[in-house]
Amino acid sequence: MSTTENTTKAALPAMTHTVGMPRHQKIIFVVLLAVLIALPFMVYPVFAMKVLCFALFACAFNLLLGFGGLLSFGHAAYFGMASYVCAHAAKVWGLTPELAILTGTATAAVLGLVIGSLAIRRQGIYFAMVTLAFAQMVYFFALQAEFTGGEDGIQSVPRNDLFGLLPMKDDLTFYFFVLAITYGGILFIYRITHSPFGQVLKSIRENEPRAVSLGYHVNRYKLMVFVLSATFAGLAGATKSQVFHLASLTDVHWTMSGEVVLMTLLGGMGTVLGPIVGAAIVVTMQNYLAYLGAWVTVIQGCIFVIGVLLFREGIIGVLSRILKKPL
Amino acid sequence: MAIGMSAMLQASGLTKEFKGFVAVNNVDLTVERGTIHALIGPNGAGKTTCFNLLTKFLQPTRGTITYDGRDITSLSAADIARLGLVRSFQISAVFDDLTVLENVRIAMQRRRGDSYDFWRSEVLLAQYDDEARGYVESVGLGDFLNHRAAELSYGRKRALEIATTLALEPDMLLLDEPMAGMAQADVDRISALIKRISEGRTILMVEHNLSVVANLSDRITVLARGEVLAEGDYDTVSKSPEVIDAYIGAGHD
Ligand SMILES: Nc1ncnc2c1ncn2[C@@H]1O[C@H](COP(=O)(O)OP(=O)(O)O)[C@@H](O)[C@H]1O
Ligand SMILES: [Mg+2]
Repeated sequence: MSTTENTTKAALPAMTHTVGMPRHQKIIFVVLLAVLIALPFMVYPVFAMKVLCFALFACAFNLLLGFGGLLSFGHAAYFGMASYVCAHAAKVWGLTPELAILTGTATAAVLGLVIGSLAIRRQGIYFAMVTLAFAQMVYFFALQAEFTGGEDGIQSVPRNDLFGLLPMKDDLTFYFFVLAITYGGILFIYRITHSPFGQVLKSIRENEPRAVSLGYHVNRYKLMVFVLSATFAGLAGATKSQVFHLASLTDVHWTMSGEVVLMTLLGGMGTVLGPIVGAAIVVTMQNYLAYLGAWVTVIQGCIFVIGVLLFREGIIGVLSRILKKPL
Repeated sequence: MAIGMSAMLQASGLTKEFKGFVAVNNVDLTVERGTIHALIGPNGAGKTTCFNLLTKFLQPTRGTITYDGRDITSLSAADIARLGLVRSFQISAVFDDLTVLENVRIAMQRRRGDSYDFWRSEVLLAQYDDEARGYVESVGLGDFLNHRAAELSYGRKRALEIATTLALEPDMLLLDEPMAGMAQADVDRISALIKRISEGRTILMVEHNLSVVANLSDRITVLARGEVLAEGDYDTVSKSPEVIDAYIGAGHD
C-alpha cells in the first residue's frame, strides 16, 4: 500500500504516448491491404470475399464487446436481416449493389436502435439474454414472413451493375468492390475506437459508475455503440448476400450469433486485428473441412475450447502481450 | 458558524429503505459553502448510502436534496455531476486500462460537452494534454503519466482519482473514505492535498481516521443506524456520550 512499493514498476520505461495511429499499426494496415489485394489471385475470389465479410462482421461485434464491454448473443439478427433486405432490394426492387447494400445496412441500424434501446437497460448476462431473445424473434419473423422465402431463403439474387454503370457479375471484379466496403468498414471501426467517443466508451467499459460520476450519460453511449455495431454487422450481412446471390435462414440463426463470438474470442477481443484473424481461421476451417459434414462443428468447438484454454486473450491478444504493442 | 455563510448542499428528511430495512432514516444535513464537513459513524451506519442518495446513484424513498439553492432531488446522477457536485467511491475508481494521462483527460473531455463524435480522431484530445499533466503532477504522479492506471499502487490510484475529480473543476466534492487502506505516508500526503483543494470548494467526506477528521473538518455529523446522532465541531462531537456509546457499542477501533 505504500508509495514506494511500486518503484520497480516505475523504473520500467513508460510506454511512449503516441499521437494518432502508432507507426506499427499503420504498417499493419498497409500490409493487410496489400495482402488483401493479392488474395483473390491466390484463392477463389468468392472464398476471399467470404473471409472479408466475416472479418467485418467480427470487427463490428468486437466494437460492442471489446470496446463497449457489452456481450450480445444476438448479432445474427442484424447480419441476417440486412442480408434479407439487401437481397430483396436487389432482386425485387432491382436496386444496384451499392443501394441494395445501403438499404440492408439501414435496416440493421434501425433494428439495432429498437433492440439496443431495450437491451442496454440490462446488465451482464441479462443483457446477453435480452439480445438473444430478440434475435430469436427476428429468426421466427424470417421463418414466417412472406418476403424471406421461408426455408428456401431468397435465391438467385442478381448482382446489378454498380452505380448502374459497372458490371459486377465477374467475381474478381466484385471482389474489389467488397474489399473497398469491408476494408473501409474496418478502418471506420478503428476510428470509432480511437475517437473522443471511443475514449468515453472505454471508460464506461472500465468503470461505469465512475463514468457516471464524471457526468457522462452512459446509456446514450452504450446505445450509440450498439447501433454502430449493429450497422456494421448489417453492412457485412448485406454484402455477403450480394457475394453469394443468396440470403438464407443460416444468416439469422443463433449459431451465426455464436460463430461471431467464437471468431472474436479466438482472435482476441478488444484488439484491432484479432477479429480479422479469428474470422479468417474459422471461415478457412469451415471451407477446407466442409467434406467432414457435421464434424466441422465438433472440430470448431474443440479448437475453440483449446484456443480459449491455451490463450485466454486470443491469438492476437497473446501476440500483443509478447510484443508489448497494441495489435 | 460565521455570519454570511450559506448552505451548499442540504438534505432534509432523507430516507432510504431497502425492502423494509431502513438504511438511512430521516436525515437532515446541511453542508455550508466553503467548509470541509465530515460524515462519520460505525460501519453499516449508512454513510455510503447517504452519498449514493445525495448524488442520485440511488433514488431516495423520501426526502429532498438541494444543491446550491436548487432542488436536485429529481435529477440523474450524470446531471448532478454536471452541476459541479462530484463524488468519489469507497473503493478506488480509476479506468484501469487507460493511462494516467487518459484518465484525467476523460474528465477534461467533459468540457467539450458530450463526446458523441465517433468519426473524429482522438488526436484532437491532445489539446488537453498540458493541463491534464498539470493535474497529474499536482497529486505527485508526474512520473507515471503514460503508465496504465492498473499498474499503480493503491495509494497512487487514489491520488489519480483525486486528480481526475479535480480536472472537472467541481464546486463540491463528496469523498468516500479517501484514505481507507493507505499507509501513513500516503495519508499525510492526501490530507495535505484535500486541505489544498478545499480552497474555494466545499467538501463532504466520509473518513474513519479520526485524527484526519479532527485535523481537516470544520464540522462533523455522526451517523449511526441510519440516523443523525450528533453534529458539531470535533470537540463537541467527541465528547458526546451517544457518540462514544455508538462507537464502543459497534466495536469500532
Ligand atoms: N443496495 C443495498 N441493498 C440492501 N441493503 C443495503 C444496500 N446498500 C447498503 N445496504 C445496507 O445499508 C446499511 C448501510 O450501508 P452503508 O451505507 O454502506 O454503510 P457505511 O458506508 O456507513 O458503512 C448496511 O446495513 C448495508 O448492508
Ligand atoms: Mg461505506
